[in-house]
Amino acid sequence: MQVPLSWYLVVAAALFCIGLYGALSRRNAVAILMGVELMLNAVNINLLAFWRHVEIVRGMLSGQVFAMIVITVAAAEAAVGLALVIAVYRSRRTVNVEEVDLMKL
Amino acid sequence: MNATQVIFIILSAVALIGALGVVVSRNLFHAAIFLVLSFVGVAGYYVLLEAEFLAMIQILVYVGAISILIIFAIMLSRRLMSPEFKARNEQWLWALVAAAALFVVLVVVLLQVNWPVAQANVPDGTLVELGKAMVNPDQYLLVFEVASVLLLVALVGAVVIARER
Repeated sequence: MQVPLSWYLVVAAALFCIGLYGALSRRNAVAILMGVELMLNAVNINLLAFWRHVEIVRGMLSGQVFAMIVITVAAAEAAVGLALVIAVYRSRRTVNVEEVDLMKL
Repeated sequence: MNATQVIFIILSAVALIGALGVVVSRNLFHAAIFLVLSFVGVAGYYVLLEAEFLAMIQILVYVGAISILIIFAIMLSRRLMSPEFKARNEQWLWALVAAAALFVVLVVVLLQVNWPVAQANVPDGTLVELGKAMVNPDQYLLVFEVASVLLLVALVGAVVIARER
């Protein structure tokens, strides 16, 4: 175990911020979803790094289980999100989130 | 600097270059390919953290399923990949500033906190323990069942939403 915990945390923070920038700055709904996936991956790195460096001493597995649940939720989110993109594209002929403003006053 | 740290740095480069490619590249298809690169880098981290089962799940679910789903969605809305379509909105500079500020804050805080790190080796048979814990009513059985219900609901919901009317 030679890689310190803080290295993982810094890389995960960088990955999270890159994903955040992607989610905030893109106009295409699919690209926004990709940014969200990057952020979820960064969270998973953190969960497993803490599991490896802190919790394993107490013999618990909740870090791994938590990461698995996050992957499950990410898969569900991707499926529903992309179905929404397809539905929006079908009804409005666009996937640009700035043009999908039906609920805006 | 030992071998593990060198591998860590290479994996970091793979994951971060992939992530930067996702947010920078104008062509959405290229962004999806960069996303796969980033996912593979993260799977390498999981191997380094001795969570091999999670690494396999990462490859199967993210690289195998989610990226295919994303590429399908890109193909189905392909008309919008034309070069004159702007990839970024007008608030991208503020988004960049916010993301960079968040990164600085996170790194400063992370490096100040004294984490209760302990040296220990992963015991053999963690995968067996994990499998038992997932179906043990005293541990994670409820979580496991809720996750399966969630997947079923997402499956039905995706079909209903995307159905042609």
